[in-house]
Amino acid sequence: MATKLQVNNLTKIYDGDVTAIDNVSLQVEESEFVMIVGPSGCGKTTLINMIGGLVEPTSGEILLDGAKVNGPGPDRGMVFQGYSLFPWLSVQKNVEFGLKMKNVPKEERAKKAAEYIKLVGLEGFENALPKQLSGGMKQRVAIARTLANEPQMLLMDEPFGALDAQTRVVMQELLSDISAKTHTTILFITHDIDEAVLLGDRIYVMSRRPGTIRDVITSKLPAVRNHDCLVLPEFLETKKKIMDMLWQESQDAAMDR
Amino acid sequence: MKNRFLSLLCFFIIIGAWCIATFGGFVSEIFLPSPLGVIKKMIELAKEGDLWNSCYSSTRRVMVGWIWSVVFALPIGMLMARSKKFSAFIQPIIEFARYLPVVALVPLTLLYMGIDESQKYMIIFLGTFFQLVLMVCDTVSSVDQNMINAARTLGAKGFQIYKEVIFPAALPGLMDDFRMTIGWAWTYLVVAEMVAASDGLGYMILRSQRYLATDTIFSGLIMIGLIGLVTDFLFRILSRLVAPWAERLEAK
Repeated sequence: MATKLQVNNLTKIYDGDVTAIDNVSLQVEESEFVMIVGPSGCGKTTLINMIGGLVEPTSGEILLDGAKVNGPGPDRGMVFQGYSLFPWLSVQKNVEFGLKMKNVPKEERAKKAAEYIKLVGLEGFENALPKQLSGGMKQRVAIARTLANEPQMLLMDEPFGALDAQTRVVMQELLSDISAKTHTTILFITHDIDEAVLLGDRIYVMSRRPGTIRDVITSKLPAVRNHDCLVLPEFLETKKKIMDMLWQESQDAAMDR
Repeated sequence: MKNRFLSLLCFFIIIGAWCIATFGGFVSEIFLPSPLGVIKKMIELAKEGDLWNSCYSSTRRVMVGWIWSVVFALPIGMLMARSKKFSAFIQPIIEFARYLPVVALVPLTLLYMGIDESQKYMIIFLGTFFQLVLMVCDTVSSVDQNMINAARTLGAKGFQIYKEVIFPAALPGLMDDFRMTIGWAWTYLVVAEMVAASDGLGYMILRSQRYLATDTIFSGLIMIGLIGLVTDFLFRILSRLVAPWAERLEAK
């Protein structure tokens, strides 16, 4: 397996003295589903925004397929917690957006959009406006919009954080399914331990601020992930391990004060 | 339906008070003509063609001056909102110019441009441009940065970001800015026409003052108000047409 994303000694210091991310190194293999889990405020979002090119690192480097990353680009598709759909565009046009930026001809755009709208299960909603959709459906559109652009990898910043518990599980299964079907390389950050254990092939556990990588865990769960996995002994074992680490982090954080 | 009744009610109350004041003989005809007198005068002016000509001249001046101000304010305001350097360069001078009363600039415009139409356009332009730039800048600044980030990660670059994201996202707010400034344009129109004009509603009002023709003054005022109402109404329709997706806060 080839390395898709390589992050070397990444550090971000805001305003000269607030260290958000401290010397983080990680890699994501081709077609791998990698989770980063960490306590709130540990700098996870800063980390993924740097990989996405939206935030400039203070030091360190990010390599995608061996080439240095500079600024945002369609090779790293991002999905955000707040959906960030374009409210004036229909579902169809939202999904076509990236292709339009690349000047893909109209018919081809429509064809590809239809394909990805089907993949996320939104057939029949092509002409709906975002304001007419529920949170889960909005995030489906955002995922389709990003995938239709055929990025080298998907960066997901707590995409299901704003959804209710039931919808979240449905979306997690959908994403796991998409990952199995399309072999898209995914880097996904969350503060939800269940989500990290359920979805990840590998799970990076981050420390409290300033964010560093505390440990990396390889999942023992079967390849097909669904809500049944939530009660497997392997699931609970990994969950316990991460809980202990994050509990330790919160203890240390309390001692710091 | 009920609200439309309330809107009309407000007009009726004012007209009612006006009737009582004039028909009741409380106010002299020279200071306040009766509603009937004003209507008669308006019909007379309309028949002579004076009224329509004045409305046409004034509306044309407002539109030309205001459109120029939109043409310049839109790109400058958008750039100011997006570029710190450009904003640092231009914002102080705009803030400075914004506080200059347009009336105080009238002598200079007369000196430089004479009394032809371009001077009137200039007055309206000066009156609305500096305000509009800052309003556009504010509106564009409030476009959700996450949406712009999403567009960038989808491959949008440079001008595409303005055309495909910032402009459409800001459009409902921009329409409101435009609607506000076109109202102000009418204020400056009257300023322009009161100084040096030979037609237009402002001129009609000023000329009538000399002859104590208060009925003509009221005719002019009512026409300006009516044109304002119609403009506002058209803008609301236009806003719905160009940005039907916008979610508005509805007053209770």
